[in-house]
Amino acid sequence: MVLNNLDTLLEKYDNGETSIKEEEQLRTYFANNEVPAHLESYKMMFQYFNNTKQEAYTKTVPLKPRKSHIYQWISVAAVLVVMFGLFKFVNRPTEPTADQLAVYNQTKEALNLVSSKFNRGQDNMRTLGLAAFQFQKASDKVDQVNEISKSTKKILKKSSKK
Amino acid sequence: MTQSEFVKMIMPFKDKVYRLAKRLLVSNEEAEDATQEILLKLWRNSDKISEYKNVEAFSMTMTKNFCLDRLKSKQAQNLKIVHSNYQDEKVGLQKQIEVSDSLSWVERIMQDLPEQQKIIVQLRDIEQYDFPEISKMLDMKETAIRVALSRARKTIREKLTSTHNYGIK
Repeated sequence: MVLNNLDTLLEKYDNGETSIKEEEQLRTYFANNEVPAHLESYKMMFQYFNNTKQEAYTKTVPLKPRKSHIYQWISVAAVLVVMFGLFKFVNRPTEPTADQLAVYNQTKEALNLVSSKFNRGQDNMRTLGLAAFQFQKASDKVDQVNEISKSTKKILKKSSKK
Repeated sequence: MTQSEFVKMIMPFKDKVYRLAKRLLVSNEEAEDATQEILLKLWRNSDKISEYKNVEAFSMTMTKNFCLDRLKSKQAQNLKIVHSNYQDEKVGLQKQIEVSDSLSWVERIMQDLPEQQKIIVQLRDIEQYDFPEISKMLDMKETAIRVALSRARKTIREKLTSTHNYGIK
């Protein structure tokens, strides 16, 4: 294969003006033909370009399946809802039944009765307290009388000795 | 998007991503890491990405930005990317013969090009994208791309000619 316009093509190539197709022509030309010494550098370049193009990425990339975090958050939310529900269920205010109400009222009456008795008892206790107070007063007076009688006795003794 | 759909989608251009990463980062390992990173990023956003018209161009842009960032951060840390697949120039006869292999010359010369020219040569001469595509990927005007490309091609050829002649003499 001979390229008639080789020189013009090469000049265009050097100026960066060749199209992909023209470069392809040059590439095949230099790959298949012996070239004069002054064009050797082109041959080396094109050879290098062709060789480099063979190089491939051989490693496999570890592609982890993307986990969407939405499901995790949904499960968290579900757990929270369940917990809240349980909490509400356990702590719900219970409606008393008729039986329970009756018992409650009975106990209440009984306790009222007891407390009223206590109140009456308390009144009695108060009078007792009053009585005790009077006793105290009386005993104080008796003590005074005792004191007086002691001192009179002493005086009497002294006077009888004389 | 399922896993197999995704794999099918990245199939045509994952090697291109790798090669561009390797062009910029030089080391095989770094380029593999970068490629994996890019593909995982695509996978994580695959729902959004499937709406794009041109996933390939988008991925190439991503790769370019990722690698440049990576180079910048390495430079900032005053660390060099370690690459073991780099051939040392001054070793043994065996190596010298290998080095005289023209292909490694081209590789070496391309490493000395500015980043932008590297990227452009990679996209144009190796991956054979057309200019509108490259201009979309790099967000550059086509004329600017042509100028950079021409400059890069000429540099490579000049250096090749001089080293080649030197090698012969």
